[in-house]
Amino acid sequence: MPRKTLATFRVSSLSILDAAGKVDPNLDPKLPAKTLQQMYSLMVLARVFDDKAIALQRQGRIGTYAPVKGQEACQVPSALQLTKGDWLFPAFREAAATIAFGIPPERLLQYWGGDEQGSKCAADKNLFPVSIPVGSHMLHAVGASWAAKLRKEKAIALTYFGDGATSEGDFHEAMNFAGVFKTPTIFLCQNNQWAISVPRERQTAAASLAQKAIAYGIPGMQVDGNDMLAVYVATKEAIARARAGEGPTLIECFTYRIGDHTTSDDATRYRTNKEVASWKKKDPIDRVRTYLSANNMWDENQEKQLQLNTAAQLDKIVQAYETFPKPKINDMFDYLYAQPTQELVQQKQELTS
Amino acid sequence: MTNLTLIQAVNQALQQEMKRDPTVMVLGEDVGKNGGVFRATEGLWQAFGDERVVDTPLAESGIVGVSLGLAVNGFKPVAEIQFDGFLAPAFDQVISHVGRIRNRSRGRFHAQLVIRVPYGGGIHAPEHHSESPETYFVHTPGIKVVIPSTPYDAKGLLLAAIRDPDPVLFFEPKKIYRAFRQEVPETDYTIPIGKARLVKQGHDITVIAWGAQVRTAEQAVVQAKVDADIIDLRTLSPLDTDTVINSVTKTGRCVIVQEAPKTCGLAAEVIARINERALLSLEAPVARVTGFDTVMPLSRLEDSYLPSPERVVKAIKKTMEF
Repeated sequence: MPRKTLATFRVSSLSILDAAGKVDPNLDPKLPAKTLQQMYSLMVLARVFDDKAIALQRQGRIGTYAPVKGQEACQVPSALQLTKGDWLFPAFREAAATIAFGIPPERLLQYWGGDEQGSKCAADKNLFPVSIPVGSHMLHAVGASWAAKLRKEKAIALTYFGDGATSEGDFHEAMNFAGVFKTPTIFLCQNNQWAISVPRERQTAAASLAQKAIAYGIPGMQVDGNDMLAVYVATKEAIARARAGEGPTLIECFTYRIGDHTTSDDATRYRTNKEVASWKKKDPIDRVRTYLSANNMWDENQEKQLQLNTAAQLDKIVQAYETFPKPKINDMFDYLYAQPTQELVQQKQELTS
Repeated sequence: MTNLTLIQAVNQALQQEMKRDPTVMVLGEDVGKNGGVFRATEGLWQAFGDERVVDTPLAESGIVGVSLGLAVNGFKPVAEIQFDGFLAPAFDQVISHVGRIRNRSRGRFHAQLVIRVPYGGGIHAPEHHSESPETYFVHTPGIKVVIPSTPYDAKGLLLAAIRDPDPVLFFEPKKIYRAFRQEVPETDYTIPIGKARLVKQGHDITVIAWGAQVRTAEQAVVQAKVDADIIDLRTLSPLDTDTVINSVTKTGRCVIVQEAPKTCGLAAEVIARINERALLSLEAPVARVTGFDTVMPLSRLEDSYLPSPERVVKAIKKTMEF
């Protein structure tokens, strides 16, 4: 048998709004000004929330926190497109997505402040709790969206993870199951270049993470993760495919973690200030403001108003967090099983009597 | 009423529950057309089709992780892990997620799912096919661990497990899958999870076992000619401490038979509970006959590893004569 080519593949990338705030007219999704302003406002809120969360950690008012700064454009335009009945499966750096999904931000503070109640989302929101074991939650997104498909519902699941997660076995198993069963799952990889101190090059020899989709027989593409419009368009296409029964998609958002891995990390130990500075020039929020202003969709007054509103909103968020009732000792015993076991009842009694 | 083997009872429970409840799904490796390597799922695929009886990719973490996702969105997955040794790749999903989701979401989500695992030695199987890993899961909060030892119990406990709102690890002693038959009603019945079974009543000593070792215990009691309470724990988590304590308080003597390695096995926990609640009733130290702290040997040494009636008889006699 002669040597022959079995298949060839192309891996594409998408960029619409460049770092200078210039839009590619051929690719512009021409979203209504209202939608653009809403996404911009949510990214601004996520940014100030993030700064505040770090400040609260430094003051001892919350525990360890994983900052999202720099990745807002990966999260807001994708999570915002989920509708009622859809599922969101975050990793642990998804403050912006969680806020865009409509979860009260004080809940995030409650969780990072050390109370599991913060992970209890409202009955009409399908937000899974933060998943700390890297990569382990994508399988849950596959299962939940598969359930929707089996019931012939239109609901889909969107799951976020990082470049490091693509090295985990569960990433492979999740992508593989999703491909085989054609589940309506969006795998949104935020390649922020660093898994704590280990660079992207140490995670894989592959030229992109998007191309990993090829091995599972599903579509994959890379987008500029600091480009709100590119992420919006890529996610919109993936969601449309998922709802139409055409199965899962892998989206690699090429981005950068501006902050430390968590508030316990010191990123200056493993990367240069020069590198960080170069990415700050590609800030996902600045470019949207430039674009909106240049196209008469935003002005100084609106910006001033937004800053004022956001600051006031942030005060309310922190206030709401700090007025949550303290967790009760009962809480650690009462949610293990539908009915507590005799042993748990006794152990609780020992602690509380 | 039909005479069924343990594996036939498992199969009947799955058949009946899938018919009764359209949200019950079976998934795992070779569970479809092939009916499972032990034939536990025989006929299900033909009866319920591809969407409810799913041959998955060969990936145990995937099977359990995806089952959790299905469970939180309204299905009741019954996942089969083909052999005990292959539960290890799914360990992370079980301890990090399945056992925790109700607690960490403060009740917003829960995982009504069953993980069925043929387990234990005695069938001369290859490496990694004869393990007794139940203790890892008994030690894990948020899940239940059930092990039937008779066909009747297998059906009633499996139906209870599938209907239980919490995740259940359901270990099936493969050595006795076809060892004997028992009358199993075709009607719908459940056996409560968390309740041990008094196999036989006596006065002199309590012998406790689970899984295939219940048979070993029964044989030993006959050989030792003692008037013994024999307790089949049936549920390892939550443990039926009351039944154990009531019996030991009465007999004052106890031997525990455990196939798993000795150190930190379930027998150790049972002994601790007896110490806590029945120490002053004891006439002798509680003895345990267990596997050894060795790797489960391959077939030619397997019988030397497994608790034998002779080893149990020796422990009974020593305890009686103390």
